[in-house]
Amino acid sequence: MARITLSQLRHSYLPNPKGPDDYVLKDIDLDWHDGGAYALLGPSGCGKSTLLNIISGLLAPSEGRILFDGKDVTDLPPEQRNIAQVFQFPVIYDTMTVYNNLAFPLRNRGVDEAVVKDRVTKIAEMLDVTEMLRKPAAGLSPDNKQKISMGRGLVRDDVNVVMFDEPLTVIDPHLKWTLRSKLKELHQKVRATMIYVTHDQTEALTFADQVVVMEDGQIVQIGTPVELFERPTHTFVGHFIGSPGMNILPCNVQNGQALFEGHTVVLEGPIEAGTVDQGAGLTQIGIRPEFITFGATGVPATVRKVADIGRHSVVDTVVGETLIKVIVEGAAPVQGAATHLRFDPSKTRLYRDGWIATQALEAAE
Amino acid sequence: MKKTYQKAWFLVLPVLLLVAFNALIPMMTVVNYSVQETFGNNLFFWEGLGWFEKLLNSDRFHAALGRQFMFTGLILVIEVPLGIAIALAMPRQGIWVPFFLVTMALPMLIPWNVVGAMWNIFTLPDIGLLGYFMNHTLGIDYNMTQDPFAAWATIITMDVWHWTSLVVLLSYAGLVSIPDAYYQAAKIDGASKWAVFRYIQLPKMKQVLTIAILLRFMDSFNIYTEIFVLTGGGPGNSTTLLSIDLVKIALGQFDLGPAAAMSLIYFAITLLISWLFYTLMTKDDVK
Repeated sequence: MARITLSQLRHSYLPNPKGPDDYVLKDIDLDWHDGGAYALLGPSGCGKSTLLNIISGLLAPSEGRILFDGKDVTDLPPEQRNIAQVFQFPVIYDTMTVYNNLAFPLRNRGVDEAVVKDRVTKIAEMLDVTEMLRKPAAGLSPDNKQKISMGRGLVRDDVNVVMFDEPLTVIDPHLKWTLRSKLKELHQKVRATMIYVTHDQTEALTFADQVVVMEDGQIVQIGTPVELFERPTHTFVGHFIGSPGMNILPCNVQNGQALFEGHTVVLEGPIEAGTVDQGAGLTQIGIRPEFITFGATGVPATVRKVADIGRHSVVDTVVGETLIKVIVEGAAPVQGAATHLRFDPSKTRLYRDGWIATQALEAAE
Repeated sequence: MKKTYQKAWFLVLPVLLLVAFNALIPMMTVVNYSVQETFGNNLFFWEGLGWFEKLLNSDRFHAALGRQFMFTGLILVIEVPLGIAIALAMPRQGIWVPFFLVTMALPMLIPWNVVGAMWNIFTLPDIGLLGYFMNHTLGIDYNMTQDPFAAWATIITMDVWHWTSLVVLLSYAGLVSIPDAYYQAAKIDGASKWAVFRYIQLPKMKQVLTIAILLRFMDSFNIYTEIFVLTGGGPGNSTTLLSIDLVKIALGQFDLGPAAAMSLIYFAITLLISWLFYTLMTKDDVK
């Protein structure tokens, strides 16, 4: 168990990187607490797997340092870092039984056979695989194989951090949920630092206490699932998290006021100083579909499409040329109807070049 | 019984005819010869299982069979571990991969009789590169036309040179198909190099190794051309393997009956051992 610190980490797969475009990781600074459950969330190719491999030691970063409990481990090979990693495709040793698979990391470290037996039995119980211990591992189903590869990580009691690299990719949808709750349960039992890499927001938000959202080699936001949902600091986060994602509306800023299609939109707070100079930068308003309501007054809009998805309806409306999605519970307006949209001011924000540019009135963070 | 659609049999007919004409019918003529005696002029006399009985009790056959097992055994014991070792040492990515692959494939592209002729010249004591080097530079008395040990060393070396590549290429194909995650997981699990080989590489190579061993067994057990060109079975009978002896009986002495009986026994042994190999090596595969 350890605290993990990443300091000014940069990585390029090219031998002589020139511009920032050559880097797959651009200046990563992170501090992860001992025993926490973290997720690295981002689209494919954003550098999250690279970052994971750097933490595990499978890859040496071009620049920067990695510290476990304040101790520099940048130059240590994976086997000396005491980490465990679960890969996208389950890695099991085909010729061994389940028991021997779980015992393998311990035996490689010369652990006494009595201790091995004790640990393997305990872990097998935690993972609900006790009845398969004597079976050959090759014949197991993918979800059980993935459990075994998790088990190989957890069986060592000196593990600093357990890392999961999209571990549910090959698992059947109906088993994903079970395995995910198993993971959460395991985390509560062993209290190891866990890092979960995924491009699936549901997996990240349900697993982690804190989610790191990455895009294009950069961290765009670190926060609890609620923070990411309620107050995305970047339009990418707003768009990437949530279903449907945040509405992002083009707007003009005049005299400290945001104008959308000629209507003044009330924001959560004042626009940050230094970002108000007119004409420079791209300004956008971000508002989640959940925080828009229909009313008699507000921004006039036309309903284009209503999709009833069970618990609520997603209503597509247009204001001028801009599509705005609204989520309503209960009765939705009919298609083609003219209506008005009301934005919840405390959830309406201005973004400038993608980054949040309004100050929350009551300190949200 | 349920009525099934039977017309599909007609689709198999062409293959059946082809196999009949290139394998079954020639084979049956051999069976026919094996139970008869002939003195030429197309006159045949019934001999029953006499040839089989005589052959199975003949010292000459036992000696040739013994030499054959020794040859095949030796080349398998050398080529399989050597082939795996070379495959493990080959780079799995980078610009050198094609170079190594082509270099490895080269010996296999050379026709068998050319290999025999090449090695024949190579080992000539006074003008061959190897022969001259051994005799005149190292001062070792090396003449494979006179010394049975030298002859054996030469045919084994020649076969290793010619065919280890097959084991290398097949093992290599097995090795490159192992996903990186396996090596990474093994590293994290603290596995030694030996453990990686034993529990990851060897199991993943098993399928292709089975094929490699089977092919090398069959080929070496039936080897004829290279050894015929190189030593002709000599000195004396020291390198007379089964196939060389068979040709001596069939074409040298023109004893069609005994030769046919020997062919059938030879074929049966090859088939039996191949089947045993395959069954043993695949018996604990997970279906």
